[in-house]
Amino acid sequence: MEIKLKIWRQKDARSQGSFVDYNLSGVSGDMSFLEMLDFLNKTLIESGDEPVAFEHDCREGICGSCSLYINGRPHGPGDLVTTCELRMTRFKDGDTIVIEPWRAKSFPVIRDLIADRSAFDKIMEAGGFISVGTGSAPEANSIPVTKEDSDEAFDAATCIGCGACVAACKNSSAMLFVAAKVSHLTLLPQGHAESAKRAQSMVAKMDELGFGSCTNTGACEAECPKGISLAHIARLNREFLKAGFRG
Amino acid sequence: MSSFFNASVGKKFLVSVSGLFLIMFLATHLTVNLFLLWGQESYNLAAHFMATNPAIKIIEPMLALGFLLHITYSAWLTFANRDTRPQKYAMVDQSETSSWPSRNMFVLGSLIFIFLVLHLSNFWAKMKFGDMSYIDYNGVMVQDAYTLVTGKFVIWWYVIIYVAGAVFLGLHLLHGFQSAFQTLGLNNQIWRKRLTVTGTVYSIIIAAGFSIIPLYFIVNSFIN
Repeated sequence: MEIKLKIWRQKDARSQGSFVDYNLSGVSGDMSFLEMLDFLNKTLIESGDEPVAFEHDCREGICGSCSLYINGRPHGPGDLVTTCELRMTRFKDGDTIVIEPWRAKSFPVIRDLIADRSAFDKIMEAGGFISVGTGSAPEANSIPVTKEDSDEAFDAATCIGCGACVAACKNSSAMLFVAAKVSHLTLLPQGHAESAKRAQSMVAKMDELGFGSCTNTGACEAECPKGISLAHIARLNREFLKAGFRG
Repeated sequence: MSSFFNASVGKKFLVSVSGLFLIMFLATHLTVNLFLLWGQESYNLAAHFMATNPAIKIIEPMLALGFLLHITYSAWLTFANRDTRPQKYAMVDQSETSSWPSRNMFVLGSLIFIFLVLHLSNFWAKMKFGDMSYIDYNGVMVQDAYTLVTGKFVIWWYVIIYVAGAVFLGLHLLHGFQSAFQTLGLNNQIWRKRLTVTGTVYSIIIAAGFSIIPLYFIVNSFIN
């Protein structure tokens, strides 16, 4: 099939970017979205043009590198898929596809479709860890964890930190990401000890880095490729309020 | 405690708590208003009870504070959130991922605020400071609020403004009700469904309840 692409091109962080139109023929429905971009880059390189820069690594939906805003939605159409898992069968011959990088003050674009998401690392450094002594590996059965808590902690831990929540949110809020990290540590005994302080530090860092506040629209949950639930944000709010009332 | 209210979640806490307080006020307000449908004496006595009740005297300044906190903190958060995406997307499709009211709470809130100013000048200011007539009910002199209100609700453009105000309020609550609980952390996968259903029912009651009153009087004026 033949598709029309409207892609954001930007030389570097300081340059002004703009959309450039490309017509690409010979696209197959079997291609993944990133393979389609590889194919476009091949034609660009062959004609002596600069290829489009985009992030990718594992290409199997677990690394969180690919991060494209496709036709007005993070990771494009469809639920529970990352950009790399998106297939071209989703599109028809003659379609126009608009591709943009994540846009948020805290995720500055550094080149074409690549946004700098190191703000997430800074939030993790502010509290996304356990600092109490947990000793050497204990006998597993000596730590009581219910199946429900274990499942919910695991659900939260499936967050790959891709930033689709920030990209989808009208306020560019990172609450779903922070909530997933706080939840997965809080629900388990080793992380529970510092849960309130952790929520406080991570929220403070999130605010400081210029992410917006959550207005509970639910767009993040709907766009999250891992289906991280808003219930984790409620837990983060609980932990934050507990920390606040303790003083 | 200052770091608590400086944080986004702390500011949201104030919006949420003041919002829940205003939600309770709306239920009281609607209950009193519904006495209008039972006639002049019922409504005038209900309004008199509210105006002279010592508990209401204490709650009145709290209500003003509730409005003030809710409006200032939500405006503050909204304006801060506007700066978080300097370069906008060329194409945004949120139709499937979030509800229209949830994305437009500030627009709805602003419309409700305009309505509130009109509403306060129409009734509250007149009842509080205006030249009202009084009726003697068994020796008690009671303000004739009924005549003031029903005199307005036979004018078609008043009716349109009041029905529109009720609909905006209903849409605001449709998201606001469950959102207030989420912000307080009083939510999980099970309670989310319950809160959404309760919030929807409550929003419909508020929007329909406040709309029925002006509609009842204007329809009556056409029939009689």
